[in-house]
Amino acid sequence: MPAARLSAAAIEALLDVWLETEFTFHRVGAAARMLAELPRQDQDFVLDWIRRIATTHITLAFNFAKRAPDMLKRLDQRAIEAWAIELCDTYDRAGMYASLAMAERADRFMPTRQAHAAGVVFEDVAPILSNFVHGLAGRRLKLERGEALFTDSERLVMPAILAVLPTAEENFKLAKAAVAFLWAQTRFGTFLDDLTAACAVFPQPERALKQLLGLETLRLIACLQRELPGLAREMARLATLAEDSLPEGWAVFSGRLASADARLSDSLALLPAAYEQADFQPWCFSGELRPAAVAEAMAARQQQEKARLRVKLAELAQESAQRRTGGAEPHGDKRFAVTPHDEAGRLDFEITLDSAPIAPPDDVRQLLTSVYLDFGDIPPEYLVPAGDGEYDPSLYQEQAEDPDAVWQGAYHEKGAELYPEWDMGRQHYRKNWCVMREKPVAPVYDGFHRDTLAKYGGLVRRLRKAFEAMRDDDHLEKRQAHGDDVDIDALVEALADARAGREMSDRLFVRRHRAERNIAVAFMVDMSGSTRGWINEAEREALILLCEALERLGDRYAIYGFSGITRKRCELFRVKTFDEPYDDEVKARIGGIRPQEYTRMGFAIRHLTRLLAAIEARTKVLVTLSDGRPDDYFDAYRGPYGIEDTRMALLEARRAGVHPFCITIDREARDYLPHLYGSAHYIILDDVGQLPARVADIYRRLTL
Amino acid sequence: MEIKPLDAHSLIPEEHYIRQEPYYEPSGDEIAIFQAAYANKLPVLLKGPTGCGKTRFMEHMAWRLKRPLITVSCHDDLTASDLVGRYLVKGGETVWVDGPLTRAVRVGGICYLDEIVEARKDTMVVIHPLADDRRTLPMEKLGQLLEAPDDFCLAISYNPGYQSVLKDLKQSTRQRFVALEFDYPAPELERKIVANEAGIETNLADKLVKFAHMTRNLKGSGLDEGASTRLLVHAGKLIAGGIEPVVACQSAIAQAVTDDADMLAAMRELSASVF
Repeated sequence: MPAARLSAAAIEALLDVWLETEFTFHRVGAAARMLAELPRQDQDFVLDWIRRIATTHITLAFNFAKRAPDMLKRLDQRAIEAWAIELCDTYDRAGMYASLAMAERADRFMPTRQAHAAGVVFEDVAPILSNFVHGLAGRRLKLERGEALFTDSERLVMPAILAVLPTAEENFKLAKAAVAFLWAQTRFGTFLDDLTAACAVFPQPERALKQLLGLETLRLIACLQRELPGLAREMARLATLAEDSLPEGWAVFSGRLASADARLSDSLALLPAAYEQADFQPWCFSGELRPAAVAEAMAARQQQEKARLRVKLAELAQESAQRRTGGAEPHGDKRFAVTPHDEAGRLDFEITLDSAPIAPPDDVRQLLTSVYLDFGDIPPEYLVPAGDGEYDPSLYQEQAEDPDAVWQGAYHEKGAELYPEWDMGRQHYRKNWCVMREKPVAPVYDGFHRDTLAKYGGLVRRLRKAFEAMRDDDHLEKRQAHGDDVDIDALVEALADARAGREMSDRLFVRRHRAERNIAVAFMVDMSGSTRGWINEAEREALILLCEALERLGDRYAIYGFSGITRKRCELFRVKTFDEPYDDEVKARIGGIRPQEYTRMGFAIRHLTRLLAAIEARTKVLVTLSDGRPDDYFDAYRGPYGIEDTRMALLEARRAGVHPFCITIDREARDYLPHLYGSAHYIILDDVGQLPARVADIYRRLTL
Repeated sequence: MEIKPLDAHSLIPEEHYIRQEPYYEPSGDEIAIFQAAYANKLPVLLKGPTGCGKTRFMEHMAWRLKRPLITVSCHDDLTASDLVGRYLVKGGETVWVDGPLTRAVRVGGICYLDEIVEARKDTMVVIHPLADDRRTLPMEKLGQLLEAPDDFCLAISYNPGYQSVLKDLKQSTRQRFVALEFDYPAPELERKIVANEAGIETNLADKLVKFAHMTRNLKGSGLDEGASTRLLVHAGKLIAGGIEPVVACQSAIAQAVTDDADMLAAMRELSASVF
């Protein structure tokens, strides 16, 4: 039996608590009355989200409560959920004001007439559409979420929810058409001219730009018709569905712009005539033109691409000279010539060096594509190979910035990797929440490695032996049905059997069996301030003993320390990467591990999971050495929030095929570790002193 | 000791003559190079992505040179004795049985080891002496050294696209071979091949090639390899058999190159855009 509908009073009571009306003075009465009219199922859905959003910000939740009943009439629950998440994300990213503004603007991509439209959500369609757009040739475009539908010639920006048409399927097709249309703008030269200047000569430049979008829509649809007929058919169908049509007097333009050699210049030539005609209402997939954003992206890109192309060409020239003259210096000036072939939808380049054709590597081809799309040709000054030292490498290389210098500056997120974090109150991720950086550990050459080996001499020998025994070597398998050689013992037996009238076995061969231990393990070491003193020393000793043992075994392993203070400064300290050999520097880095700040754990688990995922190994293990529960400075991370985020990160790791395991010396860990790691995947040591002796042993048993 | 080949277990080279001309469109001077290498008793290495015509080229060359072709598809459990031969037990007797490589050497055929990097490392012991000017096959278990006749030819293939360090060809091996590089044919040529092999119209073949280029654009951003010419031919055959083009692309191409759901959906949309 379905539960009874909640009354307005009951809802108001709930809202009073969640929205703390006693202090915030939000008037929840009207919202409660509207909610009271909904079916119980919808009530539960909306109330749940109000409660979850309230953990982020109360005013946001109040805003959601006011709008949700009306939205439920127009949209399905999935889309509203996406909208609620977007509200919180915008708040995380840009604050309260942006979040409320986003709520206002979202209406544009919502249905106005249809009831209960099933929208598509950016997160769901982005992976598909970004592959789709990469498959279409041209510059690599990045798909991003934003508040409108437009492109700046590098990014394609889409709103978080698209719900213009009634069904999710139709809306997905629409999203695809929109992405393809934006792609067509970059591919077929909508930005080859300065659109701002072209529109500025009209009394109302804004209106001119809209009319130009109309003309370009006609031209680009004709281009797509030729290139991708299936897509063009679908776009025509969508336009009919959305009741998009050409304004009066526009039919004449479509004839002119449909020809195969129509270019942007033709659209611009027709613009004065179109300006006199009725307003063009943007079609469902046409989005808007933002020439200012395009100009900005182009300005940033062109210098860099010119430098990169010229440096690459200089490399090519040198290579070909070496091949021809056998290592002599390139002589004279090298002349590159490029002929673009842009026919039947294929864009290719023919490159010659001093009239001899050469095969350009992929990166040169991509650069040429990008330059061609910006200019409609390859400008000759782009083809002059760069002279020695003509360009500062920073112009054409992505440079890793010194994290400490960045931290001093104003933009803390520059060059860092961003990780999400699980918000238990919201029951959803906070996107790009943790600003993570890898930093090197400064090696300390104080003989720590030598002292540790001396201190644990006997133990080291025992560990080495134990680990050596675990190594799988080739061995001979006897009595196999197939094999490299005849198994004489088996054969003699079989012949004897045959003489005696018994059945003869067919397992008469030996084969060499090669077993491989194929394990990659990442050690995640607590470098929080609480490890100061002998815990830190025990950790370092444990790592030394572990490395000595692992070297015998041949497993691939990496060691990272983690620490941080607030979400803006999450740090992972590289002690040893998977590829590095266990050399003197690594030993000195282990010696150099020093306590830092706090114990935010989610980001570290997520990052190491990602590193492990990139390694090819049959078994992947993530071992955490820690001294206590997750914690951070003056932050919600302390307490259940941190535990839940860590648990979520560990679940993600398991989903990625990584086996997490925890070794801790926190005696209270029994309260939370089973919840995090499951009942069998952790070990609590009662005494710090045991750490060095036990860690390697635990690892051995773990991977036996 | 008299060695009796065990009929049921050994390859009969006479059955490996190719009597009908296999369809092959040269994309460069690979035929002339191969013929020159064969005439000079040099072994040949074919490089290139999967499904771009390496095996077909070998069949074509075997037909041209009128030699039997013995193809071995290498796998990670393929040992030297799988190539050379081994003793089998039959009716209380141990009998020696030649492996495919030995058979090819004995009759002076062409032995083609497909995807050589997949084989175990110990196979190199028998490949190296065959691949340099010694041209001998050591048969360790028989204590014999088999000399290759002049018309024997060794060819191996490998796909440099695999990025695993474990699957790389050693310098000592690769420097023994004349290398021929294969790649997907140029669009016009590929269209001709697809139209010819699948028996479809040029217009349709052109769209398949366009779709293939889209998937090749995706290499590196989610796909390990783009659609090969072979897959295009498969799709073309399905279409010729009355299957809808988008469905044919999905079954013959998309499902063949990836399992990723998002990628499959993206490829479906791409093919729907082309047709």
